[in-house]
Amino acid sequence: MSFDNAYEAITEQNDARWAFGTGFDSPLSGVDSELPEGVDRADLATYSLMLADDALVVSHRLQQWCTHAPELEEEVALANIALDLLGQARMLYTRAGQAEGGDRAEDDYAYFRTESEFGNVRLAELDQPDFAVLVATLLVFTTWRLALLQRMTGSRDPVLAAIAAKGIKEVTYHRDYAAQWVVRLGDGTDYSRQRMRDALEAVWPYVDELFATHPVERRMAEAGVGADPASLRDECAAVFGTVLESATLEVPQVSPRAGVAGRAGRHGVHTESMGYLIAELQAVARAHPEATW
Amino acid sequence: MTTTEPDRSELERQFEDTIGRDQRIEPRDWMPDGYRSTLVRQIAQHAHSEIIGMQPEANWITRAPSLRRKAILLAKVQDEAGHGLYLYSATESLGADRSELTGKLISGKQKYSSIFNYPTLTFADVGVIGWLVDGAAICNQVPLCRCSYGPYARAMIRICKEESFHQRQGYELLMTMMHGTQGQRRMVQEATDRWWWPSLMMFGPPDADSPNTAQSMAWKIKRHTNDELRQRFVDMTVPQAEALGVTLPDPHLRWNAERGRYDFGEIDWTEFTAVIKGNGPCNAQRVAQRRRAHEEGSWVREAAAAHAEKQRALRQVRPGEGAA
Repeated sequence: MSFDNAYEAITEQNDARWAFGTGFDSPLSGVDSELPEGVDRADLATYSLMLADDALVVSHRLQQWCTHAPELEEEVALANIALDLLGQARMLYTRAGQAEGGDRAEDDYAYFRTESEFGNVRLAELDQPDFAVLVATLLVFTTWRLALLQRMTGSRDPVLAAIAAKGIKEVTYHRDYAAQWVVRLGDGTDYSRQRMRDALEAVWPYVDELFATHPVERRMAEAGVGADPASLRDECAAVFGTVLESATLEVPQVSPRAGVAGRAGRHGVHTESMGYLIAELQAVARAHPEATW
Repeated sequence: MTTTEPDRSELERQFEDTIGRDQRIEPRDWMPDGYRSTLVRQIAQHAHSEIIGMQPEANWITRAPSLRRKAILLAKVQDEAGHGLYLYSATESLGADRSELTGKLISGKQKYSSIFNYPTLTFADVGVIGWLVDGAAICNQVPLCRCSYGPYARAMIRICKEESFHQRQGYELLMTMMHGTQGQRRMVQEATDRWWWPSLMMFGPPDADSPNTAQSMAWKIKRHTNDELRQRFVDMTVPQAEALGVTLPDPHLRWNAERGRYDFGEIDWTEFTAVIKGNGPCNAQRVAQRRRAHEEGSWVREAAAAHAEKQRALRQVRPGEGAA
């Protein structure tokens, strides 16, 4: 590339410098996308959407932190986590489209479904009023997701297995990042300790929902495609215990937040803040439904 | 005193000699105070511009209308945070301190590029910023890759590579939009109309009103005058606008065969001055947001420092530690 002519850089045909997930190729190129025998298409699509929605919605909350982080290093790190989760969401939406067998692609799922069609857990969509709530949410979410992805590397669906294998490397880092900050804030100043404790209390009522098994999750686990979230509970509890002990904090003793007639995020029953998140996410795309971007 | 005087002139001679031979000045080398302070001011201003420049684009990340565009924009804004970080590091190699410089930014004592005081009003602005603003930044910054101060020059090589990439992404977005709906084409034209003149202002005042240029050029910090760079940008951009199918909002813009360059109209220097003085559409908002993020993050930074201090103390009392 010539440094004296920026136009050359624009017309240059070398794509090697594109960041992950921003290229023109399908994120799943090279992976066998045949559906495994005996797996219910509709279930696989719904399951992929649940996992995609979790990632997209947490990514959205992280995107909202951009230019608001407490330090420049945190700007870089939070954007990095948001990008990784966005990449996971894109691959999972693409898989949902393949399983469904129609013509829906990633953007159709992200931009043209209503709030109640999103199957993410409520923890993912919680408002992040301060950095302590952000790292508390991230610690819980990434611990849970890492445990899930680790099970999914053995999935009978080769695409989910490949997405999980890639995701493990990413989410291991995300969890480490969150855990380090929980420890720093918990074992930092008296003031940060109190804020970290308050944050954990605010987030913890949503933890129980992560381990409640939706019928689709149960069937996908039985089919050897997914993991039953109930089976991840002990493993996650052990991680929470270790991290919070290092942070000189305790696991909050709080009651789980009820759903509505037993239904919560996975059933499309969300918190009030979810509507605003979806409105923000979809506003431009819905204003120009015929447009290509 | 009598013994230090010859030393100083010898140091100055070596410094001038290094500059004269187009070699780099490195952090441990002797340099005149004016050279050092000019660099700190310029690099800090550049770092501030990267950080403030995140805001107008971050404004559209959560609303980006496709997941692919969202990923591209998020990665771009992340790059800008990275640029800010290593530019602040370059100032630290000159003895400055990042937190002090941030203090100067949020108290309004140091400036950043005036372009970021304009609002981003539609998603087309994301593309136009990539094309015009990053394009102008590249014109300004490519010569800095040959700047006489080593750490700045090396940082600029990486930054320019990434900026070129951003410009290309912006242009590609606009090209896609121009091939889209009528509404999208209108958005691109309207965004171009708003950003064209502010982009030309990015090169600074006309040469006659640019008092620092001569010294900066003698020190080889700066390699071209403001007007030279502005002309280069116009010449480069006109064919791109034609390829895109947008009209640049300047009735005086035309090819001058005699000069072999484009003639263009007079910039509204009154608006330029108003924005520089803090009265642009977004000056107050941009600085306030940076200040808020910094102040609201102070308890987090204090906690991290307190924790690190506790860990250090623990390591010191642990027997046998440090003996290996």
